[in-house]
Amino acid sequence: MYRYDEFDAQLVQERVAQFRGQVARRVAGEMTEDEFKPLRLMNGLYLQIHAYMLRVAIPYGTFNAPQMRKLAHIARVYDKGYGHFTTRQNIQYNWITLEQTPDILEELASVEMHAIQTSGNCIRNTTADPYAGAAVDEHEDPRIWAEIIRQWSSFHPEFSFLPRKFKIAVTGAENDRAAVRVHDIGLVIVRNDAGEVGFKVMVGGGQGRTPMIAKTIREFVPKDNLLSYLEAVLRVYNMLGRRDNKYKARIKILVHEVGVEEVTRLVEAEWEAMKQETSVDLPAEERDRIAAYFAPPAFEVLADTDTGFEARKFEDRDFRHWVRTNVKPHRQAGYAIVDISLKPTGGIPGDITADQMDAVADIAEAYAVDSEIRATYQQNLVLPHVRLQDLSAVYDRLVEVGLATGNIGLAGDIIACPGLDYCDLANARSIPVSQAISERFADLNRQYDIGPLEIKISGCINACGHHHVGHIGILGVDRKGEEHYQLTLGGRADDAAAIGKITGPGFSADGIVDAVETVVETYLTLRLDPAERFIDTLERLGFQPFKERLYGAKAA
Amino acid sequence: MALIKNGTQVSDQWITADDDTPVQADIPTIVSYKRFLAERETLVRSRAELGVKVSPGEDVTALERDLARLQVIALDFPKFTDGRSYSAARILRQRLGFEGEIRATGDVLRDQYLFMQRAGFDSYEVNDGVEARQWLDAVREFSHYYQPAPNGTSAVWARRHAHLAAAAE
Repeated sequence: MYRYDEFDAQLVQERVAQFRGQVARRVAGEMTEDEFKPLRLMNGLYLQIHAYMLRVAIPYGTFNAPQMRKLAHIARVYDKGYGHFTTRQNIQYNWITLEQTPDILEELASVEMHAIQTSGNCIRNTTADPYAGAAVDEHEDPRIWAEIIRQWSSFHPEFSFLPRKFKIAVTGAENDRAAVRVHDIGLVIVRNDAGEVGFKVMVGGGQGRTPMIAKTIREFVPKDNLLSYLEAVLRVYNMLGRRDNKYKARIKILVHEVGVEEVTRLVEAEWEAMKQETSVDLPAEERDRIAAYFAPPAFEVLADTDTGFEARKFEDRDFRHWVRTNVKPHRQAGYAIVDISLKPTGGIPGDITADQMDAVADIAEAYAVDSEIRATYQQNLVLPHVRLQDLSAVYDRLVEVGLATGNIGLAGDIIACPGLDYCDLANARSIPVSQAISERFADLNRQYDIGPLEIKISGCINACGHHHVGHIGILGVDRKGEEHYQLTLGGRADDAAAIGKITGPGFSADGIVDAVETVVETYLTLRLDPAERFIDTLERLGFQPFKERLYGAKAA
Repeated sequence: MALIKNGTQVSDQWITADDDTPVQADIPTIVSYKRFLAERETLVRSRAELGVKVSPGEDVTALERDLARLQVIALDFPKFTDGRSYSAARILRQRLGFEGEIRATGDVLRDQYLFMQRAGFDSYEVNDGVEARQWLDAVREFSHYYQPAPNGTSAVWARRHAHLAAAAE
């Protein structure tokens, strides 16, 4: 993974000092809250219902054991002993004081971390495939480019006061695990006919109150020109994106209103003109310097299988089930990718205690190559490089700390935003609904029988819980002071990305749990065979049978 | 209003004229973008030193043929959160080669001085009481930058590789 050199370290230190000064001036009353708010947001600091919330960046979800220990330490010393992994591969602390924030940032800087641009109307933390460098289906490691984008977008002199936030995601694999089609810019690493590596660029995806799937504006940008191309897109957006209405300010609205052809034309013209100017594109030696940090680690030469591992799978049903859902094939023989579910039955999705963080750090240090850990947008963790022979020990250690729930990709692996329990924007609670659904499907055997199913819950229209792209999506709304939940079906965030559609009238907090169960039961009776996933059955049969069961034959 | 230019407080020699105030030959005058385009023929032939004030949404490339005639282009920030003038400044410096003064006007605050400087601004209309020292403190908060910028600062990668090259010698 990337390590700071003296320059990166100094930049982050100077950012801490700068923010310390900004906080001091705010506390001293030298700055109004209106002046301070955009500044604190650009350092991930929100004012929520109960306290300040600090969102710490985990660039493209990649970190390591010492960093995880520091996150645990911060949870213990500055928060209430836990943290919350978000849908943007970051971690949030919910009980922070303004005055302590500079000290927390200082602590983070000591392990090469920061909270830079985790909020605000600027280019946000870039996200990427959490299986990068390990996945079997990968063409090229997206983290190289995510890091290049991180550096280019940090404290950008032109793009720090955009019409609205701006999110970029990168994948380098056959299967999209980074939801690139619901980002402001989605980048897919591709190879052209000449065999050169570059990027397919998609623009204008996003969720929120106007969900859209990104549209391709260029099939191939040579990788050496990525930054200038991004700069062209950002300039067109900065100049033309709407600033009169924050709900219409994202680039997706510009693409929608102006048309993808016109946006493409403007970007191409801008990019062409930029080619005559001082280039932001990196020289080859800098690109190579960054790429070297992501060179494959020193894997051992191992057999494809391990007898101890096979034996335990044969003997231990729980282990076998955990392996089935939480262990993925690795590109290197004798290794595997381990998913750590942060979705225990009845738990709060993404929440993790300081002790559990330390335990994950210990496990990563003992068994994961370079102690690497990843955070996923599904609010889980990943150990990307684990030897097959160590899976048994990793599992036992995870069981000890309650982190061995074998439900990755199943009904219990629910994405949920913090909702009205914490968030100042929310209209309804998400966490209790998520917990109730998790309890309803507590039986893992039932989850295995149901198969792959993505349930996603947002507590307001801003859609942090990704409900638009859930196979089953739930949106909390406020209806005359009552929490009320809309149900959507058919969303997906993968290569076939689609926005879910509302089934019909919404449900009460209790009713929504029954409704989810009704949808699942309907699927089980209708599927051709257990191999047909929920999303496939829905696609084959459409909404009608589900609506009939939810609302009665007449209403449907 | 105080004016900080190139790191020092200076007295402002320029007046910003209303659209119906005649431009006088001996008074350096900044006129609105709309007026400049409407009265261009007359204005460029006048003997006055001229500046144009450009608001977000107005296209600086329309000034291209007259840039040599203009001493000042004032780019406005109606609110400091409106970042369009950063793009205008970079276009003026990097695309159109404007070498005159680019002045930040409007909601010009301490925590944006550095962004402005790096985008190509070189003068700042600030609130009375703001001292040049505070401006200097603000633009010195960082030693390195991840991007090259029109104010001449090189990107950190240029330093990285100069450093590596020096270390190898």
